[in-house]
Amino acid sequence: MNVRIPILKLKDTLIVSIQWELDDQTALQFQEDLLTKLHETSARGVVIDLTSIDFIDSFIAKVLGDVISMSSLMGARVVITGIQPAVAITLIELGIRLEDVMTALDLENGLEKLQLELEA
Amino acid sequence: MSDQSSVEILTEWDIVAARQLGRNVAKELGFGTVDQARITTAISELARNIYLYAGQGRIEIQQLTENGMKGILIIAADSGPGIPDVRKVMEDGFTTSGGLGAGLPGVKRLMDDFRIETIQGEGTDIRATKWLR
Repeated sequence: MNVRIPILKLKDTLIVSIQWELDDQTALQFQEDLLTKLHETSARGVVIDLTSIDFIDSFIAKVLGDVISMSSLMGARVVITGIQPAVAITLIELGIRLEDVMTALDLENGLEKLQLELEA
Repeated sequence: MSDQSSVEILTEWDIVAARQLGRNVAKELGFGTVDQARITTAISELARNIYLYAGQGRIEIQQLTENGMKGILIIAADSGPGIPDVRKVMEDGFTTSGGLGAGLPGVKRLMDDFRIETIQGEGTDIRATKWLR
């Protein structure tokens, strides 16, 4: 029952699109897979696209926040893209602040933002 | 009038089952996407609390009709250790799990009505309602 989230590499960036509802195990597996992939590929940036995700609870938010901090320890920057209005509203009402997280409206903007950041 | 269904919470997978049930009922009742997300998230938090603190329990979803208003009632019930200091857990930022759950104040903000009954050594019963506007 363990599905893994595909992680694609494009030049020096890893691209992840989360397409289905995350259960705890899949989320934790993703954390590990992403860090392993960063290590293997020496990618410097990661875009995690959440367009298809219609809710984020505190557990998934924590896993996401942690993976961003962990990637940063490994020298990579992460951009979160495509957060839906409903997700943004519930996260804030729930009391979760994803602070110091780079975000963008969509994948395209996210990749641009990441390139600018990596060139700076 | 109420129509109910429930999910026993024993494993992490049951958290997923509970929120899927809740989302389906919310959708069926005609809640919009933002309220669906609120309801789904609230159920996920309550189910996770049961899993983390009580070990096992039950999430019950009821459809409500009251004075011509429709709503959804989430009942999270367990026979766990109970909550020693309810006032404290209702404070923002209070955590005993190292930040795993956003806690009950978050759930209260997501829903319209929130009630909690807890007896130490006997268990906890939380009822949260969202009305369709």
